[in-house]
Amino acid sequence: MNMTLTREKESPAIEIDNVGSAALTEKVYETSNLNLWYGENHALKNINLDMHQNEVTAIIGPSGCGKSTYIKTLNRMIELVPDVKTTGQIKYRNRNILDQSYKVEDLRTQVGMVFQKPNPFPKSIYENVVYGPKIHGIKNKKILDEIVEKSLKGAAIWDEVKDRLHENAYGLSGGQQQRLCIARCLAIEPDVILMDEPTSALDPISTLKIEELVQELKKDFSIIIVTHNMQQAARISDRTAFFLNGEVIEYSDTNTIFSNPNDKRTEDYITGRFG
Amino acid sequence: MKLINKSHVAKKMPARLAVNTICKGLFFLATLVGLLVLAILFYRIFTQGIGSLNVDFLQNFASRKPEEAGIKAALIGSIWLMVVVAPVSLLLGVGTAIYLEEYARKNWITTFIKVNISNLAGVPSIVFGLLGLTVFVRALALDRSILAAGLTMSLLVLPVIIVAAQEAIRAVPRDLREASFGMGATKWQTILKVVLPAAIPGILTGGILALSRAIGETAPLVVVGIPMFIAFLPQTVMDTFTVLPMQIYNWTSRPQEEFQQVAAAGIIVLLILLIFMNSIAVIIRNKFQKRY
Repeated sequence: MNMTLTREKESPAIEIDNVGSAALTEKVYETSNLNLWYGENHALKNINLDMHQNEVTAIIGPSGCGKSTYIKTLNRMIELVPDVKTTGQIKYRNRNILDQSYKVEDLRTQVGMVFQKPNPFPKSIYENVVYGPKIHGIKNKKILDEIVEKSLKGAAIWDEVKDRLHENAYGLSGGQQQRLCIARCLAIEPDVILMDEPTSALDPISTLKIEELVQELKKDFSIIIVTHNMQQAARISDRTAFFLNGEVIEYSDTNTIFSNPNDKRTEDYITGRFG
Repeated sequence: MKLINKSHVAKKMPARLAVNTICKGLFFLATLVGLLVLAILFYRIFTQGIGSLNVDFLQNFASRKPEEAGIKAALIGSIWLMVVVAPVSLLLGVGTAIYLEEYARKNWITTFIKVNISNLAGVPSIVFGLLGLTVFVRALALDRSILAAGLTMSLLVLPVIIVAAQEAIRAVPRDLREASFGMGATKWQTILKVVLPAAIPGILTGGILALSRAIGETAPLVVVGIPMFIAFLPQTVMDTFTVLPMQIYNWTSRPQEEFQQVAAAGIIVLLILLIFMNSIAVIIRNKFQKRY
């Protein structure tokens, strides 16, 4: 009962928002009626969300609410988990990515991902960055060198590593490793960057650097970020979706969510009453 | 109120520490037994065989006279055998492991296959000899050739290599694969560039252990019908041959005392070959561990 009420409340919120400042931005992702099951476990329930170009969309919610599951369906990384079933549609640039004729390799060259734990390859910094371009068939040394410099500069780590590009990436600190992973992601020149709790394993200073970086990156990319840190969502995102028990409780621009939430449960979560 | 009585804990302490010391001693003794046996073995072999071990011994063919007997045919034969066994068993073994770990769906059929591969590793080698005799020697008419014996040996060590490679592949962290897939790499690119480089030290360790077993095995080759006494070198994989353990077995079963010394010299050669192979594995492994 409550569910239906919420959804009716939620849709006007999006409409109002669309008329507002961000009305002109193009949609990169349109999710409609997405359901997902892990075996018998109904993990995502009837998700409807649109994400916009050159914006930062934050997904917040307590542990186990389905926010990581959702972001992993956006590049179909979820398929690595056995026994997952989905219904509904996720359109990326007007094409349904859940259609099996859409090759994941193709999708993931457009949609890059940064993971929760920094996961550089046990190779040199240089080799980490050129991994993506190389698997896509770029062999020209000069172009690769340029990609390395551009990507590392884009991820605000160039000055720290330019003199040791051929040293092993494991020698970097955790925060540097995560920025290297962002650089590695930029190297494939994606359209969208998915970030799954990218700062949860990092110290406050490294976190701040990544947050500043996200602000820079949204000029050129569309960013979708999962975070369990509400302040982070408030600081860096343009829109915020609140997930609870596999449902989207509320989705609107970040200011509205944090200053004037529509739903009681959103308010309870944001004010720290649970989660 | 405290639930733990500290004086009781203190009273128990000496006994706990004593048990700790006793256990350390027991495990040290267990290790010592193995070391002692190995030391006696080495001592016996070297004192007996070192006299017969010289350049002539390596250059001569087997002979009826112990002072002229040499190991040339068997040594070269063992190397020929490895030339067949190493590529066949490693390629098939690693290929199978990659398929089972990376491509195959996880269901009861693959579980059944995995369990049975582990079981195969425990099948007595003489059974593989019978298989080789039936399939390679007779059905495929390869006769008593290096190829037939090599394929038989490959089957024998295959399960060990598969299990070792599976474990090495499974130990590659999941987030490395995710990083690769996340950039649009195909499964094969991920296997080739991320999984295999990280798994190679483990695969090689298992592979070399398996090859060491193959070079010391005798039973399957007896069943396949490899001759024990040969006075020529094989020219192709279709020629017949003999190997070190067969030659050693042949010498030890002779009544003359001198042949026992020749056999000991043969064992030294076999041990050196084994150590040589193991050190190659260590070198390759260290090279990869430095890079990864």
